[in-house]
Amino acid sequence: MSEQQKGRLLTFSILRCNPQIEGDTPHMQDFQLHETEGMTLFIALNKIKEELDSSLQFDFVCRAGICGSCAMVVNGKPVLACRTLTAKFSNTTFTLLPLPGFELIGDLSVNTGKTMRAMSERLQSWIHDDEKANADFNVIEERMEPEIADQIYELERCIECGCCLSACGTWRMRPDFLGAMGFMRLARFYMDPRDKRSDADYYEVIGDDDGVFGCMSLMGCEDHCPKDLPHQTQIAFLRRKMVKA
Amino acid sequence: MDIIYTDSLVIGGGLAGLRAAVATKQRGIDTIVLSLIPAKRSHSAAAQGGMQASLATTIKGEGDDEDLHFMDTVKGSDWGCDQKVARMFSHVAPKAVRQLANWGVPWSRVKKGDRDVIINGQKVTLTEKEEAHGLLTARDFGGTKKWRTCFTADGTGHTMLYAMDNKAIEEGIEVHERKEAVALICDDGRCHGAIVRDLITGKLIAYISKATTMATGGYGRIYSVSTNAVICEGMGMALALETGTVPLGNMEAVQFHPTAIVPVGILTTEGCRGDGGLLRDVDGHRFMPEYEPEKKELASRDVVSRRMIEHIRKGKGVPSPYGPHLWLDITLLGKEHIEKNLREVQEICEYFLGIDPVKDWIPVRPTQHYSMGGIRTDETGEAYGLKGLFAVGEVACWDMHGFNRLGGNSVAETVVAGMIVGEYIADYCEKAPETSIDMAIVKQHAQKEQDKIDSLLSKTQGENTYEIRNEMQKIMMDYVGIFRNGEDLEKAVASLRTLLERSKNICVQNKVTSSNPELTDALRVQRMLKLAICVAQGALQRTESRGAHSREDYPQRNDRDWLKRTLALWENEDQLDPTLSYEDLDVMEMEIPPGFRGYGADNTIPHEKTQDRLQEIAELSERTFDRHTLQNKLMPFEVPEIYKEKNERIGRGVK
Repeated sequence: MSEQQKGRLLTFSILRCNPQIEGDTPHMQDFQLHETEGMTLFIALNKIKEELDSSLQFDFVCRAGICGSCAMVVNGKPVLACRTLTAKFSNTTFTLLPLPGFELIGDLSVNTGKTMRAMSERLQSWIHDDEKANADFNVIEERMEPEIADQIYELERCIECGCCLSACGTWRMRPDFLGAMGFMRLARFYMDPRDKRSDADYYEVIGDDDGVFGCMSLMGCEDHCPKDLPHQTQIAFLRRKMVKA
Repeated sequence: MDIIYTDSLVIGGGLAGLRAAVATKQRGIDTIVLSLIPAKRSHSAAAQGGMQASLATTIKGEGDDEDLHFMDTVKGSDWGCDQKVARMFSHVAPKAVRQLANWGVPWSRVKKGDRDVIINGQKVTLTEKEEAHGLLTARDFGGTKKWRTCFTADGTGHTMLYAMDNKAIEEGIEVHERKEAVALICDDGRCHGAIVRDLITGKLIAYISKATTMATGGYGRIYSVSTNAVICEGMGMALALETGTVPLGNMEAVQFHPTAIVPVGILTTEGCRGDGGLLRDVDGHRFMPEYEPEKKELASRDVVSRRMIEHIRKGKGVPSPYGPHLWLDITLLGKEHIEKNLREVQEICEYFLGIDPVKDWIPVRPTQHYSMGGIRTDETGEAYGLKGLFAVGEVACWDMHGFNRLGGNSVAETVVAGMIVGEYIADYCEKAPETSIDMAIVKQHAQKEQDKIDSLLSKTQGENTYEIRNEMQKIMMDYVGIFRNGEDLEKAVASLRTLLERSKNICVQNKVTSSNPELTDALRVQRMLKLAICVAQGALQRTESRGAHSREDYPQRNDRDWLKRTLALWENEDQLDPTLSYEDLDVMEMEIPPGFRGYGADNTIPHEKTQDRLQEIAELSERTFDRHTLQNKLMPFEVPEIYKEKNERIGRGVK
């Protein structure tokens, strides 16, 4: 390929750190690549790993914006790297940092799984209904209004990528703060008629400063949610409910 | 070395693995799940369109039942499936979808009254019954007689996986994340667990168990373009193969999905066509009705994919820097429908193509999508050749898909197999004696893996992991694709063998012993090559065309010689080829003897017993039985006791 046909020369400035290696300290390392048509950060990072530095760590699974594995901070903002097209940026330097607030595995890879599992356990994010727990699955299913099902799905679209948490001023200061992702999960079960928990039950979980009253309304979550979930509305909704409870 | 004991070890945290784990845990059996990643990020989440279950709630599903779902599945498989397994599956699928409703999946529901839909390019008004209001709804999918695919918008896999993982958390099931099984511990014909590598610390751990269940999904990534997640590298199958006693079944049966976006290969759901979307060529012409006048865009996946390639070969593709493609047109479905029921598709188009499918056509091409083949198991899900090893979901050749899987039958299989096989795993654990494996044998297994790692790290020069992987992927794309022929397949086998030899000399540049992506990839690529050779060799030897396996030099489906399942064994490390053998499918035991699928011209070479069996069935059917009794006379099948009840449907009861 001639020089003229080559795409822009991009510089990826990446935070390097491997906590598994004793004495390794965080530092930035630059890599350069020529842009190709349709290049995403998924393509770029794999190219760097395969051609420039095979020790580079990052996480991708679906590479289609569905699984939530690849959130990282790109030029100061938390995004899903797999669907970030380099062409959308007019500048040619990309600063890539791991998602803050999570345990660092290495370079751009963080342990989101641990945080997410803890959140699910804390919220008991499953249907609570003692009678239905072992319901007969041979008979016609319980009915649900189609609109309610649609509304639950709207709130269930969260992919636990962690962008909202890393963009949250409160969570960054107080790691026990539940954060938008947790509120969304709870709102989803609150709306679900199959879950028989009462307002008082929910109050137990989120009725304090680590819960919905700890939110400072900075709305970094709303601004950075890759699934455009209605965080602001749901936080306000839960607050109103919890004040009554 | 750390040693962890459990009773039921499940390798893989997607839908199938989690469901099997829930089954054993609920029976009071100690259960641990291993996963490369957080379970909710598994590839199951990417299933968009839905799960087939014959609930018959909607007007277009009226009259549906297990019999029709079974028949569609068998036809779809091109008579390559195990019909008993397909029966077990179609019987339990309605229970699975209803149980998931109880566990929290927000399935889309039927709304009574009129609604406008697009069928065959035309707007049609359907009137849903009052008595169906609020029940699970279903959409149309390819190769099915009825609208049978239950869904949650186009995030079905996501909602199923979240409900399932939440259930697993509720049950207190431990999921050990970022752990990769690297060898099965075998002794005396029995599996005793796995040697596992911690992907963060790099340390080896022995997990010792009574039953070990593979639920690691497919091997899409042996191809350079696949709809599969990047973790779908077939490792579960490879570990089973490397035991030397467990055969892989029908590895040549590889599905290509008609509509993945070009060039990156991300899936757009079959729901696009199920809901009324059309395929168009370079002239904007809708071409499928000319090839398949009856089913058109909704023919089975293998058929649509072949027709698309045929049409491209006629020069009707749309040229692009990434080769010719065709168009998927969903503009006729309208903004409201797309934004509600196809929003993931819309998001994918927006982010990866910069287009809006409400007004733009989507560039698509058939792309590797699903592995019908896998670890060959019996009807209980237990692997051939090794006691205590089970397989569920895409990793398995339980064999309900034969040579072509129907859309909507994969996530359905994951959950249904998890339910059924999960019970059999629990039975096995209850009967199996306490684990008493000799520690020396465990250490031997671990040492063998440690030696492989050390050897990769100690070399100062040698082959590059990524060069080898890229070459393998290109060979599979070029020579083992949708249309196959002897010459290409011979080339593929020969080149893959050479690559396998070369891969023994891989040198890992990054010498870190803890988390080291290059080392992980190096270990995997050697195994992927074995799978690739099984696929290519299986395809070369199978001199017929059946389902997704299409030989240009042998275009006929040949029931006379090939109504059989390929079994591939890798008996010793030095082999460069699998040992192939074949397992006959018994026509005299089939509920539906081989017949015409209804696509193109029928040029099947018949099996000698087909007529005899048809005669037998006709005689039995003449005597009046209800459908359940007749079915039982034709082909009795077993499911675990808790799943034996009949399924109720509106307006029909359990008849």
